[in-house]
Amino acid sequence: MIHLTIQGIEVEVAEGTTVLEAARKAGIRIPTLCYHPDLQPFGSCGLCVCKQEGSAKIIRACSTPAAEGMRIITHDQDLYNVRRTILELTMSTHPSSCLLCTRNNKCELQKLAIEYGVREQPFEIRLAEDKKDRSTGAIVLDPEKCIKCGRCVQVCQGLQGVYALEFIGRGDHTTMSPAARLPLNESPCIKCGQCITHCPVGAIYEQDQTDGLMKAIADPEKVVAVQIAPSVRVAIGEEFGLKPGAVSTKKLYTALRRLGIDYVFDTNFGADLTIMEEGFELIERMKKGAVMPQLTSCCPGWVAYVEEYYPDLLENLSSAKSPMMMQGAITKTYWADKVGIDKKKIYSVAIMPCTAKKTEITRDGEHASSSGEQDVDLVLTTRELARLIASRGLDFENLPETEADSPIGEYSGAGTIFGATGGVMEAAIRTAYYGITGKELPDPEVKLVRGLDEIKRGEVDVDGRKVRVAVVHGMANAKPLLDKIREDKKAGRPSDVDFVEIMACRGGCIAGGGQPYGTDDEVREMRIDGLYEDDEKSAKRCSHQNPSIQKLYEEFLSAPLSEKAHHLLHTEYQETPLYKG
Amino acid sequence: MAQSIFSDELNAYISEWKDKPGNLIMILHRVQEEFGYVSREAAEGVSAEIGVPLATIWGVLTFYHFFKLNKPGKYNIQVCLGTACYLKGGDMIVEELGKEIGLEVGGLTEDGRFSLEAVRCVGCCGLAPVMTISGEVFGKVSKNQIAGILDKFA
Repeated sequence: MIHLTIQGIEVEVAEGTTVLEAARKAGIRIPTLCYHPDLQPFGSCGLCVCKQEGSAKIIRACSTPAAEGMRIITHDQDLYNVRRTILELTMSTHPSSCLLCTRNNKCELQKLAIEYGVREQPFEIRLAEDKKDRSTGAIVLDPEKCIKCGRCVQVCQGLQGVYALEFIGRGDHTTMSPAARLPLNESPCIKCGQCITHCPVGAIYEQDQTDGLMKAIADPEKVVAVQIAPSVRVAIGEEFGLKPGAVSTKKLYTALRRLGIDYVFDTNFGADLTIMEEGFELIERMKKGAVMPQLTSCCPGWVAYVEEYYPDLLENLSSAKSPMMMQGAITKTYWADKVGIDKKKIYSVAIMPCTAKKTEITRDGEHASSSGEQDVDLVLTTRELARLIASRGLDFENLPETEADSPIGEYSGAGTIFGATGGVMEAAIRTAYYGITGKELPDPEVKLVRGLDEIKRGEVDVDGRKVRVAVVHGMANAKPLLDKIREDKKAGRPSDVDFVEIMACRGGCIAGGGQPYGTDDEVREMRIDGLYEDDEKSAKRCSHQNPSIQKLYEEFLSAPLSEKAHHLLHTEYQETPLYKG
Repeated sequence: MAQSIFSDELNAYISEWKDKPGNLIMILHRVQEEFGYVSREAAEGVSAEIGVPLATIWGVLTFYHFFKLNKPGKYNIQVCLGTACYLKGGDMIVEELGKEIGLEVGGLTEDGRFSLEAVRCVGCCGLAPVMTISGEVFGKVSKNQIAGILDKFA
């Protein structure tokens, strides 16, 4: 352990801790704009400058390791002046039209401007003139607001391994954009939206589509049916002052009804359905000795990544659609028939923690319209829904609780944990165990796939047969595993793993690109805890036990992987070039 | 594998440097030597050969002024905007080229004959303002000489 003094306060920290982290431990916040706990220290903003007693040298707290006996000054008049100048310089290339910004009130630069009481702009204002990039329909890049902190580039390359964004140009003229300054939709971008949640200002944000929902609600010809993804329920409360992880499912149902939505369903039902199809696909593959390992396919960011970077592994990808797409297909077929509503009149909306979901609803051509109509018409992120709820004057915290509409709103605990890394794997194990042995898993909790370790591997004993599983989250973490699978495949060796869950975002969907700002590991853990809590409270813990799922198969699909199930619930993948232009 | 757009020499050079540290800039230099600039196609070729993402390559290409992303004209004009030339009216030359043949800094004439780049010092400040065309140096350039100079390059 290392002992140092920060602003006169003694702290003890582990080796490798930075001065910045040590200061936080001492209860002192050093301002930052480029630092993010998910990322390597970058040292571009310069706000975290500090001094050591007896030395005139200025250090950057984010990239200086704490050392024994250090006596650090984090705040004095000199440092205040330096930081203030940095802020003023940063603001001289950033618009001050905060009221018009999507990050208004949630902006890290704005917060510092408030703290430092910046009232005047002493430097000449020079704003970038590059146009906004709206090419993806999911993510908007606004170079005018960019403060060149570099977080988005670090996220896109380091955390995600996607390499869509890079520093292009130099000095004042640097922009964060794709190679050759191509529009984002022609780059390798997988639309995960992690650049959005890591941007300290409003330079990257989701394409707002709230108007689409309100128009559909106002249209008397349309029946609006909505589904809510697992992760939304444990995060949306943050937008209304609740703690991360607070489970707001039933308030959310009420809020949606009060917005004027006709039918409220739950993507967790779709998740249960996905487990039935994907779980039985796994059993089938194992029985037939087909291509192994099976890779999960519910994360559209990951699907885009594998289509670009590992097209040789497309046959390993489960053909099962994501829960959202299954829910959409079932809404416009089984449910529409059941309640006698013309599917043409149904406007199917999904509330998702994810920006990639906005592009998923049209990604696979005819499969996206398996009902005969587009299965999901619109995707709104958690943040967009929160804005709608607030603007309609709903007091979220005090809303009464209601239930989802039947019969495609009921879900099991397995459906709800989809939002956490390892959740799909755990849910699949619960059902695959039953599918193989005909018996229920003695303990439904599969702890070895839980938690924030970057890669989790283990074996599950299924009646004497060892099923080897791996769970990865954070796109870049998948590379070593995928390279190994590829290598084995090329060499004709059997793989050392049977079933792999991959989620593009660190922590899984609970930390998706459409979730409330301010996500770090602490928040991730709280949201994940919320999902497991919801699972524990569920009467049914396994997808195959969900009575509505059983009924859906009895009345409509007949069996997992049936012809009808294949038509409605499965899809295909295609090799995509990294650069599309 | 698709036919390489690079010459055999360049391909050999890339293979030689493939696994060495600092290979990217060395290779990009040679690519520019071969084509006069680094096209997107060439950058993609390098990316595939050495496994460096195109975005990273583009970051390097746009960081260093040395690298050119556009095909130069048959005759490349360099106008010096270093201190001495700037004070003596280097920007007048740029302006005049704009009027005369519609050329902007970084641009190429429609017929592909001339391209224009602004440079910092060509090493003969005593002759300011200076321009060079395909290596030939023109010193103490005045506005009314420019059309005549261009005519030499057909």
